[in-house]
Amino acid sequence: MYTESPKPATGVLLGPQRLAVTVDAELDALQVDGPVAMITCGWQEREEEDRELHDALGKRAVNLNLHARGDAVFLDDRELRDAHRAKQDRLRQLQVLYRGRVEHAVAAVFDLQAARGPADLIASEITAAIEAIRLVDRQHLARVTLLNRDYEDEMSPSSRPVVAGHREEIAEILSGCGAVAIAGGNVATLLNRLRLFGLDELLVGRTILAWSAGAMALTDRIVLFHDSPPQGRGNAEILDAGLGLFPSLVALPHARRRLLLDDRRRVSLFARRFAPARCVTLDERSRLLCDGEKYRAGSVTRALCDGGDVVALETWSL
Amino acid sequence: MSLAIANLLRAAPDDEGAIDRFLRDHEFPLVEGTSATFVFRGNVDAVHLRHWVFGLGSQQPFHRLDNSDFWYLTLELPQRSRVEYKLEIQQGGHSRWIRDPLNDQIAHDPFGANSVCAGEGYERPEWTNFDPDARAGTLEEVVLPRTPFGGPRRLTVYLPARFRVSRRYRLLVVHDGGDYLRYSSLKEVLDNLIDRLEVAPLIVAMTHPEDRLVEYADDPRHADFIVNTVVPYMEEHYPLYEAVSARCLMGASFGGVASLSTAWRYPGAFGRLLLQSGSFAFTDIGENRRGPLFDRVVSFVNGFREAPGRLAEKVFVSCGTYESLIYENRSMVPLLQATGMDIRYEEARDGHNWENWRDRLRTALSWLFPGPLWMVYE
Repeated sequence: MYTESPKPATGVLLGPQRLAVTVDAELDALQVDGPVAMITCGWQEREEEDRELHDALGKRAVNLNLHARGDAVFLDDRELRDAHRAKQDRLRQLQVLYRGRVEHAVAAVFDLQAARGPADLIASEITAAIEAIRLVDRQHLARVTLLNRDYEDEMSPSSRPVVAGHREEIAEILSGCGAVAIAGGNVATLLNRLRLFGLDELLVGRTILAWSAGAMALTDRIVLFHDSPPQGRGNAEILDAGLGLFPSLVALPHARRRLLLDDRRRVSLFARRFAPARCVTLDERSRLLCDGEKYRAGSVTRALCDGGDVVALETWSL
Repeated sequence: MSLAIANLLRAAPDDEGAIDRFLRDHEFPLVEGTSATFVFRGNVDAVHLRHWVFGLGSQQPFHRLDNSDFWYLTLELPQRSRVEYKLEIQQGGHSRWIRDPLNDQIAHDPFGANSVCAGEGYERPEWTNFDPDARAGTLEEVVLPRTPFGGPRRLTVYLPARFRVSRRYRLLVVHDGGDYLRYSSLKEVLDNLIDRLEVAPLIVAMTHPEDRLVEYADDPRHADFIVNTVVPYMEEHYPLYEAVSARCLMGASFGGVASLSTAWRYPGAFGRLLLQSGSFAFTDIGENRRGPLFDRVVSFVNGFREAPGRLAEKVFVSCGTYESLIYENRSMVPLLQATGMDIRYEEARDGHNWENWRDRLRTALSWLFPGPLWMVYE
């Protein structure tokens, strides 16, 4: 479902787990009892290849199989499938158009950052140029939200029998679990499956451990990013609203690989563009704990700052 | 800034140990800014630098330091350049070409290997090196028993990491697969770029020619082999997408000719082409001056240039600016563009060698078969 931001969650956002598993220690630290619900639908057709994660979770994990359930839903309900595909096509087209606008707006900031002249005048022009990007971002997010809401109003996925059936099963599984672990992968697929089965509501009040795309999907805006891709300009872009369970954050998994963190101009632009949300790096062994009222970061977790620095995080209240 | 060789020249007459220290304290060729100093030590009659930079005189004489056995030559070398060279040593009325004994950097091309000098700013791309954190694909050898050549042919097949028969994959067919593996680190490149999500997971069929200069020169048997033997075999034994947009044919040098020629003979068989330093020799007038091996190539390229056709959807072309083929490749680009195909062209200050072709693979493959980099955060 597509809902307003709910109450902040309790849990922890982590860095990538493939090469540095920390989720097991986090489970212990959170004193989680009982089974752990596991969401690996970001892995798409590899969803069921979860043995390593199952072991890391103490062999007490139950995979919610959201990807397979989604496939089953679309196989059963062709009308919903067609509407979903049409919506996704529209979203992709919209993303391309938005990307073009962002490209020009970001180029203006880079031009100003390299400009010569009175520092105060340049600074105020940069501020205005960043505000222009923020406007483009806000407009895009509003359009994406509208497209999603139109789809939900028209198709009412949650009330369709096959979806409702799966949702009941998922709710039943969750009721017996002490926590939910959400892995990374394809963030769009992950978000779509979470929404389709109403996980935004079902996750409220639960202890959550999420990493990489899983962490991104739980923030209130999903920002796609890579400063030096082999193709394209490398401008960050907003994909969609997230579930908002970990609000006021932009989650940046693999930041060391994906971002030029030594480039102060890029760091500054990133931080200012998405302020007041904090842009938090989630590399291996990173952790950001939320108790529902405040965030507390691990020692290797960093934030991008307006001035272009990347610094350790203090505890802060929501 | 004074070059190190200039300091040596000033000091050497009064300092017997200066040459030894100079050789001990530096690596050669000695690159300082945009200058490269080549040295040779030996009691010979003359030393020349023989390099493969099209447009410059290919023979540059070394200078002898007084009456010593120390020879040197300083040249301008633009940033990020890679220049192939050998030393021509003349002694006792004889001449021989050798690789630089003071330089272990080597560039391989389809005809052998040369010493290579890298200018300031050139670094081997890190994505071409083995990365222990990257998930590794696998190689398997298969034999095609019946081919248009009359005998069996070997294929090396690359399967990406986490290969599953239940998935569908794009197909890349590579000419000179063994050389790409050996000299262009193709497996490491594929492993890294796929693991980093920059390139979509691919299945790669690498061919191994028996007589490439004949087979690749617009030989109809070769095009038949690729389209009617290799591709059907791959379709039968591996899970591939059916769309031609998921098929790419690539090659370098004569392999570039073979790729273009095959696509020309079977338009639409491949939706993607990757042509690296193609030997696209042609004649506007007069005879082919590159020798009889090029006769069939010239005939084919002349025909293609006369009536270029839409062979594929996307074509990536690359060439080194120091290659003798730079003119031919540059002039091919507008012809290809005029057909309505989507063309990308990339140049580098490099030569006709496997390392140049290796260094272009990231931009080429990520453009032809882009991976889910922006959407996947594992």
